Amino acid sequence: MNTNGHEPIKKVSIIVSRGSLDGVYPALIMANGARMEGIEATLFFTFFGLDAIIDKRMDNIKVATVGNPGMHLPTLLGIIPGMSAFATSKMKKEMEKLDIPPVREFITMIHDAGCDIYACKASVDMFHLKKNDFCKEVDDIIPVGQFYEKSAGAEILFT
Amino acid sequence: MTTVATETKTLERDADGHIKNISDWNEQIANALALEEGIPVLTERHWAVINFMRKEFQEKGDAPSIRRLTKESGVETKELYALFPKGPAKKAAKIAGLPKPKGCI
Repeated sequence: MNTNGHEPIKKVSIIVSRGSLDGVYPALIMANGARMEGIEATLFFTFFGLDAIIDKRMDNIKVATVGNPGMHLPTLLGIIPGMSAFATSKMKKEMEKLDIPPVREFITMIHDAGCDIYACKASVDMFHLKKNDFCKEVDDIIPVGQFYEKSAGAEILFT
Repeated sequence: MTTVATETKTLERDADGHIKNISDWNEQIANALALEEGIPVLTERHWAVINFMRKEFQEKGDAPSIRRLTKESGVETKELYALFPKGPAKKAAKIAGLPKPKGCI
């Protein structure tokens, strides 16, 4: 690893706070990439980011076509029914070409790679969720204090 | 082992320590490269991954992603990380005499 003389990164803690496709994937790619480089990784899902680990929702993560200037789509077109589903399916096809797996498969792969996966207790309580609402890869539901404990020595990334 | 270890020192390497000429590679060199990566013995399971990587590289021109390894090599993610600790795709590519995989996944 070429680190230009700097100490290499040893550990990352990645917070996922958004539940859109573009909110979820960067964090998953970074967590997986960290493990591929031998860097310890922890994923902490909070607020709408929880959708990526909720068993009934994780297969329906969609790209936002409204309020998303990066889509280069006029807002009035973005609101057309089916537009988000269409954009999502197009994007998923492109991702498949790059070997980027669907959310569920990706979460399994990352967890099998040794990345710990946690849900934020405050958000879980706020949305009235329980441990069995989540996919089996979720290690625990933890409060923010414990997140910081587990992040000792890590670079914390908020996405 | 000493002679092989000496032999790997004379091999041309890139900045990441991967050997430059695929044609320099053979099984003995793979063993020596594995030792450098802290893997004392290459088992049959290691070889399943190494051989899959070399095949993919020959067919596609790039070493496979961790996802393709997981899905198609017959060795699952957990085992991949157990066989090649701290970065299976990168380490297996190095031992297989291939350049570092370019993909992000």
